[in-house]
Amino acid sequence: MTPALTITASLSSPPSTFSWAELFRALTFQAGHNTALVVAGTALLGIAGGLVGTLALLRKRSLMGDAISHATLPGIGLAFLIATALGFQGRSVPILMLGGGITAILGVLAIQFLLRFTRLREDAAIAVILSTFFGLGVVIMTVVQSSSSGQQGGLRAYIFGQASAMSASDVWLMASLAVGAALIVALLFKELTLTCFDDEFARAAGWPVGLLDLAIMSLVVIVTLAGIQAVGLVLVIAMLIVPAAAARFWSERVVIVTLLAAALGGLSGYLGAIASSMLDRLPTGGVIVLSAGAIFVLSLVLAPRRGVLATVARRLRLRLSVALDHRVVALTAPTTGPITGSTTGSTTRAHAPIPFIDLLLRLRGLALPSVGSPALTDSGRARAARVAGARQEWEDFLSHQAGIPRSHAAVSADLVEHVLRKDGARP
Amino acid sequence: MIPPSIHNFLTTDLMPMLACVLAALCTGLLGNFLVLRRMSLMGDAISHAVLPGLVLAFILTGSRSTWPMLAGAGVSGLVTVALVSLVRRLGRLDTGTAMGVVFSILFALGVVMIERVARQVDLDAECVLYGAAETLFWLNAPDRWNQVLSADSLSGVPRQVTTLLVMAILAGAFVAVFFKELRLAAFDSALAASLGFRPGLVNAALMAMVAASTVAAFEAVGSILVIAMLVCPAATARLLTDRLRSQLLVSAIVAVASGILGYILGAFGPHWFGHDRSVSVTGMMTVVAGVLLFTAVIASPSHGIVARSLRRLAIAVTVAREDLLATLYRAEERRGAPGPADRALPGKTLGSLARRQAIKRGEVTPAPSAMPIPLALTDKGRDAARQIVRTHRLWEDYLVTNLGLRTDHVHDTAMRLEHLRDAAAARLAPHTAPTTDPHGSPIPPPSTQPSAQAIGHLIRTDRSRNLP
Repeated sequence: MTPALTITASLSSPPSTFSWAELFRALTFQAGHNTALVVAGTALLGIAGGLVGTLALLRKRSLMGDAISHATLPGIGLAFLIATALGFQGRSVPILMLGGGITAILGVLAIQFLLRFTRLREDAAIAVILSTFFGLGVVIMTVVQSSSSGQQGGLRAYIFGQASAMSASDVWLMASLAVGAALIVALLFKELTLTCFDDEFARAAGWPVGLLDLAIMSLVVIVTLAGIQAVGLVLVIAMLIVPAAAARFWSERVVIVTLLAAALGGLSGYLGAIASSMLDRLPTGGVIVLSAGAIFVLSLVLAPRRGVLATVARRLRLRLSVALDHRVVALTAPTTGPITGSTTGSTTRAHAPIPFIDLLLRLRGLALPSVGSPALTDSGRARAARVAGARQEWEDFLSHQAGIPRSHAAVSADLVEHVLRKDGARP
Repeated sequence: MIPPSIHNFLTTDLMPMLACVLAALCTGLLGNFLVLRRMSLMGDAISHAVLPGLVLAFILTGSRSTWPMLAGAGVSGLVTVALVSLVRRLGRLDTGTAMGVVFSILFALGVVMIERVARQVDLDAECVLYGAAETLFWLNAPDRWNQVLSADSLSGVPRQVTTLLVMAILAGAFVAVFFKELRLAAFDSALAASLGFRPGLVNAALMAMVAASTVAAFEAVGSILVIAMLVCPAATARLLTDRLRSQLLVSAIVAVASGILGYILGAFGPHWFGHDRSVSVTGMMTVVAGVLLFTAVIASPSHGIVARSLRRLAIAVTVAREDLLATLYRAEERRGAPGPADRALPGKTLGSLARRQAIKRGEVTPAPSAMPIPLALTDKGRDAARQIVRTHRLWEDYLVTNLGLRTDHVHDTAMRLEHLRDAAAARLAPHTAPTTDPHGSPIPPPSTQPSAQAIGHLIRTDRSRNLP
């Protein structure tokens, strides 16, 4: 058995101790030629991954990257076997990439074929092609290993990546791929986003949706091939999914999401490569993906509107406002008389008493401090009147316009009274 | 006595093959519900995401012994499932994206942990992928047939095989006991919820079983076989049957068949071609499963491409034959004068097929070639044609009277609808019983004999076959 997951990431003689000067030099591409190359290469990969990943995400094809990256394996193995048999240098990167690209495209076409001609769903089609192609790749790899004992070491790197082995020509390749992907995305942006958002409309408007889909998938293939070298077969999937998913939290505008995904992808490539050059024994690919993962988690939690904190805050505010509504109505109820049997009959969870609600009433200027139950201010009374009025309005509406008995209207009135404005209630 | 060649097989090949077949069986059975619930890629996600769990178990216990490793993998399998559902709901992402985010980050975490903390751990990456099925020997393989089940022989059965046997029995029992709940939750989870079956709980149990069998299987046979067997047999069965019970049975058969065939091809196949080394058996099983699926895609009697094309061709020929009969009938009505309703018959191939079918059914006979179409209706053909034209004109009347379409807009629609002459079309004639169509042509009387309703049946068959 070969030794453990050897993802050797020791970049050009990694420093054993941390220093700020070292960090600064790494951040500004001055920490040695090799480090600068790796940092530039992975940042460019991240940018390309973010750009292309956004399209795949919007098309709900995120996991096509998964299938595509696994489908490169048989091509890489076959290319190696064929090239060696023909007397070429089997491990030459362009040959392996060409082979991988061909089987990846075949995989995409096979998935489209299954979707078009069978009743299998997208997830099943992707999983079938992913596993079958990868299984074929594994079979071919065992042939490669038994036929050439000394040379297969380089092929292992394709599964787990080897950023440290990046050469200047690899970085140029990465750069041209990133620029090429950016150009294609920029040129076809309108058509591609139209396909992502409403493929029926795009088809009706005469756009070749099949070709545009194929364009997106070819971009995914290109990025995957570029990324396999640096971060490996599995982690390149992350470069295609994670930055795009993170960017999606920050905006509802597709241009901003796309640019942001490119920026976040580039940032995680940059940060990950630098971190692994600064600290000993940090595999570049893994650290890059973990940086992207950290960015994702931050976005998930912190993003305005779509973030978890923002959502929780919004819900809390709503709950408080509902509780205040109930409290002011309860405080006025004895004086204004019964409100058609509703406040007593409602048993929704929102009616559970909230501690310090009276304190909150005072802070909001809805009540004055007093002994026993608080005395409402004018604005408190106005709020109670508005809620009761909205409720009355809704119950009237349901019973007059929709023919629903008043006794059945309470359930929806419980929900509606908090959001219905008196002036908007009646047409 | 057991001959040496068979003894050799028992020692070196039986246990790997058994391990693969059992792994394929238990993942294949559970996979049916993943495919139905559109979560086929869960196996993929889980098997990538077990890496940090394995490393963590190693760090905590300092050993590579089985149970800590299985526990670590099992825990991270469950964590993966929970995280995917959490990210999906909190982030409002689609399931695929959530899976991709979770498993790739967890895999990266595992890679980094190995490098930072547990570099000395002998976790073989290739072993995780391909498994180590070839190393499962039956050490005490019996010499005599009557010793096969003796305690001494059985004590030599590798632990991985026993684990997988237990797992396969558990998976089978799980599916058998909770069949009703699983089926309801997979097909209509809202109904399941309203009937009080707790589909969320059923789903969680299913995911736990998937995680457990993924973990139990990948140690012996590698993750690639697990991913494939969770989806390929179920997808193949889905193309062969329309009932869940038979789908489960077929998927089990496909899983076992790919296990056995793949092992034979992988272990012995290369020797047939003069190679001295065998290839990865688990990879080969995956390929066999893929080939079986592809065969089903092409040749399944109900959902295969060939069968569906043939069914559509049958419909097209029937339509073309009926159009031919109607054209001849209209020509007779006009006594040979060319009319506006005449249409060129469909393409050459379809037209000649339709003509041949009509002649074979005795509906037309060859006629002097001076006619525009060198065919003449027989009595039987005239009866059939009358019903087609009657339906056509009734439809035209219906479209004009009830839908208010203009008279010059209804012919093409009626051309298509005239082929549907079943119970619904029989109700077309309202109480007024029109005698002429909107263009003034007489509507022939209804037939006294019940007519064969071939085409409606054909179309209905094809539709029901292609429901998602």
